[in-house]
Amino acid sequence: MSSGEGSSQPSSKKSRQPKYSRFTQQELPACKPILTPGLVVTTFILVGVIFIPIGLLSLSASERVVEIVDRYDEDCIPSDQEKTAFIQSDKTNKTCVRSLTVPKKMQHPVYIYYQLDNFYQNHRRYVKSRSDKQLRNPENEDLTSPCEPEARVDNKPIVPCGLVAWSLFNDTYGFSVSGMNLSVNKKDIAWDSDKNYKFGSKVYPKNFQQGSLIGGGKLDEKIPLSEQEDLLVWMRTAALPSFRKLYGRIEQDLEANETITVVIQNNYNAYAFGGKKKLVLSTTTWIGGKNSFLGLGYITIGGLCLFIATTFIVMYLIKPRPYGDPSYLSWNRNPPGN
Amino acid sequence: MARGRIRAKLRRSNLYTFACLRPTTQETEGPHQFQGPGYSRMVYCNQPHVHEKKPLRYRSNYISTTKYNIVTFLPKAIFEQFRRVANLYFLLAAILSLTPVAPFSAVSMIAPLAFVVGLSMAKEALEDWRRFMQDMKVNLRKTSVHKGDGVFGYRSWRKLRVGDIVKVEKDKFFPADILLLSSSYEDGICYVETMNLDGETNLKVKRALEATLAFDEDLSFKDFTATIRCEDPNPNLYTFVGNLEYDRQVYPLDPSQILLRDSKLRNTAYVYGVVIFTGHDSKVMQNATKSPSKRSKIEKQMDKIIYILFTLLVLISLISSIGFAIKVKYQLPNWWYLQAPDSQNFYNPLRPELSGTFHLVTALILYGYLIPISLYVSIEVVKVLQALFINKDINMYDEETGTPAQARTSNLNEELGQVDTILSDKTGTLTCNQMDFLKCSIAGTSYGKKASDVEVAAAKQMAMDLEGPDPELANVVTPKNHTTLPWETNGQELRASEIELEAVITSKDETDRKPAIKGFSFEDDHLMDGNWLKEPNTDFILLFFRILSLCHTAIPELNEETGTFTYEAESPDEGAFLVAAREFGFEFCKRTQSSVFVRERYPSFDKPVEREFKVLNLLDFTSKRKRMSVILRDENGHILLLCKGADSIIFDRLSKNGKMFIESTTKHLNEYGEVGLRTLALAYRKLDEAEYTAWNEEFCKAKTSIGGDREGMLERVSDMMERELILVGATAVEDKLQKGVPQCIDKLAQAGLKLWVLTGDKMETAINIGFACSLLRQGMKQICIAANADSLAQDPKKAVKDSISMQIANASQMIKLEKDPHAAFALIIDGKSLTYALEDDMKYQFLNLAVDCASVICCRVSPKQKALVTRLVKEGTGKTTLAIGDGANDVGMIQEADIGVGISGVEGMQAVMASDFSIAQFRFLERLLVIHGHWCYKRIAQMICYFFYKNIAFGLTLFYFEAFTGFSGQSVYDDWYMILFNVVLTSLPVISLGVFEQDVSSEVCLQFPALYQQGPKNLFFDWYRIFGWMGNGLYTSLIIFFLNVIIFYDQAFRAGGQTADMSAVGTTMFTCIIWAVNCQIALTMSHFTWIQHFLVWGSVVTWYVFLFIYGEMSPVFSGNAYKILVEALAPAPIYWSTTLIVTVACNLPYLTHIAFQRCFNPMDHHVIQEIKYYGKDVEDRHMWRRERSKARQKTKIGFTARVDARIRQLKGKLQKKYSTLGGRSTLASS
Repeated sequence: MSSGEGSSQPSSKKSRQPKYSRFTQQELPACKPILTPGLVVTTFILVGVIFIPIGLLSLSASERVVEIVDRYDEDCIPSDQEKTAFIQSDKTNKTCVRSLTVPKKMQHPVYIYYQLDNFYQNHRRYVKSRSDKQLRNPENEDLTSPCEPEARVDNKPIVPCGLVAWSLFNDTYGFSVSGMNLSVNKKDIAWDSDKNYKFGSKVYPKNFQQGSLIGGGKLDEKIPLSEQEDLLVWMRTAALPSFRKLYGRIEQDLEANETITVVIQNNYNAYAFGGKKKLVLSTTTWIGGKNSFLGLGYITIGGLCLFIATTFIVMYLIKPRPYGDPSYLSWNRNPPGN
Repeated sequence: MARGRIRAKLRRSNLYTFACLRPTTQETEGPHQFQGPGYSRMVYCNQPHVHEKKPLRYRSNYISTTKYNIVTFLPKAIFEQFRRVANLYFLLAAILSLTPVAPFSAVSMIAPLAFVVGLSMAKEALEDWRRFMQDMKVNLRKTSVHKGDGVFGYRSWRKLRVGDIVKVEKDKFFPADILLLSSSYEDGICYVETMNLDGETNLKVKRALEATLAFDEDLSFKDFTATIRCEDPNPNLYTFVGNLEYDRQVYPLDPSQILLRDSKLRNTAYVYGVVIFTGHDSKVMQNATKSPSKRSKIEKQMDKIIYILFTLLVLISLISSIGFAIKVKYQLPNWWYLQAPDSQNFYNPLRPELSGTFHLVTALILYGYLIPISLYVSIEVVKVLQALFINKDINMYDEETGTPAQARTSNLNEELGQVDTILSDKTGTLTCNQMDFLKCSIAGTSYGKKASDVEVAAAKQMAMDLEGPDPELANVVTPKNHTTLPWETNGQELRASEIELEAVITSKDETDRKPAIKGFSFEDDHLMDGNWLKEPNTDFILLFFRILSLCHTAIPELNEETGTFTYEAESPDEGAFLVAAREFGFEFCKRTQSSVFVRERYPSFDKPVEREFKVLNLLDFTSKRKRMSVILRDENGHILLLCKGADSIIFDRLSKNGKMFIESTTKHLNEYGEVGLRTLALAYRKLDEAEYTAWNEEFCKAKTSIGGDREGMLERVSDMMERELILVGATAVEDKLQKGVPQCIDKLAQAGLKLWVLTGDKMETAINIGFACSLLRQGMKQICIAANADSLAQDPKKAVKDSISMQIANASQMIKLEKDPHAAFALIIDGKSLTYALEDDMKYQFLNLAVDCASVICCRVSPKQKALVTRLVKEGTGKTTLAIGDGANDVGMIQEADIGVGISGVEGMQAVMASDFSIAQFRFLERLLVIHGHWCYKRIAQMICYFFYKNIAFGLTLFYFEAFTGFSGQSVYDDWYMILFNVVLTSLPVISLGVFEQDVSSEVCLQFPALYQQGPKNLFFDWYRIFGWMGNGLYTSLIIFFLNVIIFYDQAFRAGGQTADMSAVGTTMFTCIIWAVNCQIALTMSHFTWIQHFLVWGSVVTWYVFLFIYGEMSPVFSGNAYKILVEALAPAPIYWSTTLIVTVACNLPYLTHIAFQRCFNPMDHHVIQEIKYYGKDVEDRHMWRRERSKARQKTKIGFTARVDARIRQLKGKLQKKYSTLGGRSTLASS
């Protein structure tokens, strides 16, 4: 091919001829769909026809969800005291009792959530401040470098280190209906993968919350991290500054109009940053919790598609264009020479 | 004598002044007394070993045109890469990503950059390797070199050293700049073809020094030594100064002894020479200019978009960091869970401005996704593949020379789709530089039956026109069809207006061309085979043949194999005449210093008679005289003057009784001209002895006179003799166009392209060619601008300039006043006028005139002027220009134009080396532009738009998320998602768009040249469209982000009660993006092969596969994405339903837009697609063909226009006939 002398010989001339293949000649069989009016109308109607039922289905699923939301941060603090000082003090009594009325029958399991507002769990400084290696393996307890500034106490590694663990949410809730205690199941509220793989079953909390600053909840040093499911849930940082996290489950139906008494230990300092604290009881369906937006969204898009289809049909009836009509070619629309 | 004159000139030249510096030790008496800078080169002939040591070691004959070598590749190529702003930005970002400011891990920044830069560098390396291979091809050519003791052996070019004695054989290239020592001819002359250097095809004579003539065989070099002292390497092709010291004598050297590298030995068996300049020192290599790096218009526009995006990037980064600073100052102190301030001031409420500044850096890196890092590399990949398709196009492969088309630089592919003006060389590009003797007129009778291309086409056209049930009637009844378009008058004529040019040519090729003799296409039994003796006016016919065989300056060459003669003529016309004369039985067989021998064959004799004609004088052809004559004495002792020249010149010089046939000859000449033939008139004169002797004395005096006016004197004396001529006849030769040239020009004209011809030829030739390729036609108003020197004026230069300015102004005025919309103008300008017209104060005036003309022909232009004209068109009109040429004289133009195309397959490589694309034949230009250009333009335009769309859609979601994280610089996506986004998940579909998209098939592109105009009009990459796409990106980003955020707001997202964390939201959002952008590209494509399907849907699948694998990896590695798909997302119906709704919502507006646009405001390619889709082209062939013929730009040039004009003419005649006959025939029928 590269031989200079050879190029003048006829045999190598032949070899320079490009070989025919449908690929190199850009003649591969191809489908060339075009948007014919029929296809346009069909597509839009089809989307509409599919989307609206999905929307209705989602909406009805969302409607079936019963949800009780109770904001307690303001009511659970004495109005005459400075809020931050009150919450930070060890000596104040932070117990607070709330009663909630069940609006509709809630079938078990009823999920208990706490909701925090204005809490930037997605802040970069916060998100970075953890050491996955340390959480998994007891040998890695010294790997605390990403955890600054909550990495070490008196030069001993903190397990679990980092701001995320350090700011663990520590309000607790006790429920009772008509004097009867409702048991709260706190097992299996975290992802299995977290329990089984991400958090080691041999990693025990060490030097946690021993520093000069006390953040949030404390951990039982005798229980391995993988079993501290509250921590596991907390460590899954939320995407938005307002978030709910699973607290536990009530494995029992709640009848309509029942009054639930909740005893809250109001420990967590959401007052400093003006965050709201809410207690949420909710059932779920296949779409999860109460979420009417998805259903509405589907109905809107579906409706829009039907509308576009109608518009298209109407416009086409008013101003039909036979497809493939050459009179629409530019040289026919503005004939040359005129 | 000639040398003496040059010697004299040199003595007078300023070089002589160096004589005073001459050191006294120098004993040479040579004419070149030089010393000092610029003249330091010493060459010891036949002692190449002397040149192996310093200071005489000169550059080797190894040439290299590569950009890099092994050592410099890495640093140089890396430097080149980071000259791109975007890459530099990414480099900076990658460096910064090593610091804690970075929002991502360092590897996620460095990996894509390394990939992208590595790929580009690999491409560079590959291209450079190709250049290297091409160099090696040249370097490894063999030449015969003296190896000592009189033995010559072959050695590769690169091993040639200065001082080597080389023997170059016939038709071989000179391997270096060589001093001619001797040749196979006794007098030491040789003929050289310098087409590669200056594009001139005629042979040049080189002459060895008398002193070295004796060395004409191998053995004589056994003990030869000599020394050459000469100028240093320089790029001047036409000068050379040096001395040869041989045998203690010094001889001056001049350019006529120098054989330049890359020129070719012709017509001479062999030459011996000594190598003076090697490799890059040779004049041709010194002339080589670095080809400028060209960028396409789209790429330049793309830069602007990148700047817009940079601005956007900086803007949102600023917003982000200001937001961050405010948050840090006012809110961060309350966020106890962040434990601010930190030690590094990244989050210091006391110094928010500092933290804000750090954050700006973070944000600039974070939002870097707005600028597609893979854009450049994807475009490069696409262009390389597009170039591959161009290279592999079987329809652009030339069977004869065995050369395929080649895209030499791949970065101009899309520019091919936007060409507005083509500047073409003539010789070798439009024509094959071969003349065919086609017709002649002798003594008022026209001979030659064969039709020219134009005639054939017109006749065919006419035949089609008149086809039908009652053609006569149709013509009589609808005389108005000259004014209205034929297809509007009645159905029968529809087919007529179609021009099936291909059919015309192929049929002709098959039937007529086979037995053809090169240069001779004459067919007429009246003259052939001695039949002319039966014609009237035999004397004149004999004279005619004699003039053909005697009046020339050619040299015969016997072809040993066939026993026939071939001729080396100064011009191809002459060659054609000689071949014609041979075929008529007058074979020119020998030329000596004083005589010309012709073998005359008569049917009555068995053997040819060899006649000797003594040549007394030769009156040369010059462009000013436009004629040449010979004065000779025949065997009977009669003195004859035979003259051939331009008809107008000859007609002026006829004697009273020599005008016998002037009327009919003029008529014939006009007919020949009309059909695109080039004509010459032939005449003779009988001289008596006394008259001649008297004149000859004067002529000799003039010839021997020395001084500036010698030419003028010769001219005047010649003029005295060339009078009182007797007209014999006229010849008509067809300048053989290259195959398919008129058709190609026609198609290009229909595609709306303008064609300028820039040629070094003289004006008449150029005009003839203009006719032949239908750039000119009868009825076109020709505007000839010529410099008529008015030497009487005080300031001749100014006078000429004024006159040209005046001509231009008048012409412009004329065009302005022209009322007829069908009037076409042609501008013909010569090189001399062009010098003035290209001056700054006049060039725009000239350009405006030229743009108003349908065709422009510049003749007698120098290579530099070609480049200047190209620059003027390029810069003056601001439109894309394409220059096409084959010779070294076109290099300037090729490099200057936006796109340079070289004709490959011929011997010369200079033009090809300088070009961006090379094709073997001019006709391939149509395919290159109309198909590949059109496709590449659309592909690249759509691809870039899509690229910006997808990166805006993705990058902005990062920004929105920022607002929800307190502008902290956290990304919602995993680092690995982000890496893969540009490099893997969305790059291949867009590459498949850029490589495989076809709006219409290649046949349709050719059938509807008007579609090409979408490129020059830039319909697919205007700001409207670009901003449309950007807006679409913005919309998509909003939909993706906010739908996801609202759906995953705070409630549980699955039946198990779990709420979505950041990785779940991020992954869902990313899934939506992958779906949305891939569906978008599927909507953008109109042509799906399995490859597109595979890549588009494969990308989506890849995402899920990746997510699965990533989730299966150790949580140390995958972090929060561990098992996310399997455990969290896949079982949640909301994940899938969110993907569906977001994808549909994102693509809804675009789908609506294209549906409505196609239905209510379709573009041309839409309609054509539909016609094809519904198979209407097969159903209704009639309509299809009609549209094809209408799908062309309003054109005034080209074959079609020409044929139309001819038809109009013929119809006019017919009509006249009918108006007299018609009445009668209607009477008869009734």
